[in-house]
Amino acid sequence: MSAIDALRNEYDVAVIGAGPAGLAAASVAARAGLATVLLDEQGTPGGQIYRSITTTPLQSRAVLGADYWAGSPLVDELRASGAEYVPGATVWSLSREREIGVSIGGAARLIAARRVIIATGALERPFPIPGWTLPGVMTAGAAQIMLKSSGMTAGGRVILAGCGPLLWLLAWQYVNAGAKIAALLDTTSSANRRAALPHALSFLTSPYLLKGLRLLREVRRAVPVISNVIALKAEGEGRLRGVTYRTERGGDRMEPCDALLLHQGVVPNVNLAMSVEIEHRWDDVQLCWSPVLDGDFASSVEGIAIAGDGAGIAGAGAARERGRIAGFAAVRALRPEAAAQHVSAESAARQALAREQRGRAFLDLLYRPAPQFRQPSGDTIVCRCEEVTAQQIVDTVALGCTGPNQMKSFLRSGMGPCQGRLCGLTVTELIAQARGVSPQEVGYYRLRPPVKPITLGELAHLPKTEAAVKAVVRS
Amino acid sequence: MFQRLPDVAGEMVTITVDGTPVRAATGDTVAAALLAAGFDHCRTTPVSGAPRAPYCMMGVCFDCLITIDGVGNRQGCLVRVRDGMAVELQRGKREVGR
Repeated sequence: MSAIDALRNEYDVAVIGAGPAGLAAASVAARAGLATVLLDEQGTPGGQIYRSITTTPLQSRAVLGADYWAGSPLVDELRASGAEYVPGATVWSLSREREIGVSIGGAARLIAARRVIIATGALERPFPIPGWTLPGVMTAGAAQIMLKSSGMTAGGRVILAGCGPLLWLLAWQYVNAGAKIAALLDTTSSANRRAALPHALSFLTSPYLLKGLRLLREVRRAVPVISNVIALKAEGEGRLRGVTYRTERGGDRMEPCDALLLHQGVVPNVNLAMSVEIEHRWDDVQLCWSPVLDGDFASSVEGIAIAGDGAGIAGAGAARERGRIAGFAAVRALRPEAAAQHVSAESAARQALAREQRGRAFLDLLYRPAPQFRQPSGDTIVCRCEEVTAQQIVDTVALGCTGPNQMKSFLRSGMGPCQGRLCGLTVTELIAQARGVSPQEVGYYRLRPPVKPITLGELAHLPKTEAAVKAVVRS
Repeated sequence: MFQRLPDVAGEMVTITVDGTPVRAATGDTVAAALLAAGFDHCRTTPVSGAPRAPYCMMGVCFDCLITIDGVGNRQGCLVRVRDGMAVELQRGKREVGR
């Protein structure tokens, strides 16, 4: 039987995404006796943070570090839980009635669930600098995935640019792997350092503090770090040749390079959640859309919860605890008789979550990306798919276009295959800036299923009801 | 261009890219295999014809769209290589039927 045919028609709990939140949520639900399925687009469990944790070809555990290997127990927990883990499964639709459209290996199915936990995590924030579409420019996260899943590092002269914990983590992992980094261009502004300072005290109690300081020290020892970078441009015709940058002190400098790895933080991956019209609000600190959730991570749509970084960025440890809490909530709703035995485990998860989130404000303010890296200008490409520039967006606002959905009719921005994942935040912020209103007022793309592309053949493979067949077949 | 670290484990398979044999590790995705083999792009865009290479490697940017075993617009970063797999770089728009 193929993987798609092996799925049941209905589950108690369907968890979407096998990162820390999804692994934890599915384990909790299945252990309590709920029929649980964990659908994941990747071929192996772990999400992006623990990507390839069961298959990485890296022989030395020291390269990726202890925080990566902390994901192993979560996979073990899942395997022992009795949850049905389905890799290579792309979820392309979810309805308010909790019907899930899923494709595996080119065949599609619709399945139902009494509770859905969306654990689709985060993606890297768009970094729209001039030349960011050139081959040779990638995200730091992409380079990290190459390291985790294939044991490969970027060759030639490698430059990292941007800000945020992941950028430094990748630099540290490259140093561990013996790979050379020509420079790290740090875009953290001196204004951010001042803004974050009042929160430094709370960060003293964060589990990230000591690890973070050690990591920064080790990177600085091995990599030339250029601080206070305020402008970046990827140079080259059809292929990256170098990067031009400017610091707060002024003066442009060009560094030749073969790989430019960009990163300025991660944001919730909202596409699936927004396609079910789950309420989201603009987060003015994290500068992204975050879903409106209650203490159990339940969303505005009955029976659908969002756990992990998709609920607002807080890191892998917090994602794991959020997943557990969402799992416990599903047990309470569907098997109340089993819930009593989880009271102490749930309260432990809530305490652990509070611990993991300590000092988050410090990181959020320190690594808040600067306006010029979020709101580009001129002929810098905003929408990579449809090749729409910042100037076109601004000019179209001047014509009276007030929001991202109307913008589609003018420019097709957000209508390419990525469905706005790589331009949505930029388009919203550019329109907000041009109109002098808040991103909340401008809003976001109206997302519709399928949220991942599927072929007509996959759609045609869906089991049909007699009525549907009769509607189109002439007798 | 990406290179494998000296101490990585794993077996190798052979795929073809536009008919030319390319060695890849079994754990590689198509996008990773192309980057390792030194391909500097995997498609040209339908809008301007500009070359594009994999950007996010996690299935969200769609810049690694590629034709795999005759099916166009596959996300190269989500498909693992298989011995004998036929990969074609995409140039511009998709034709009907692939």
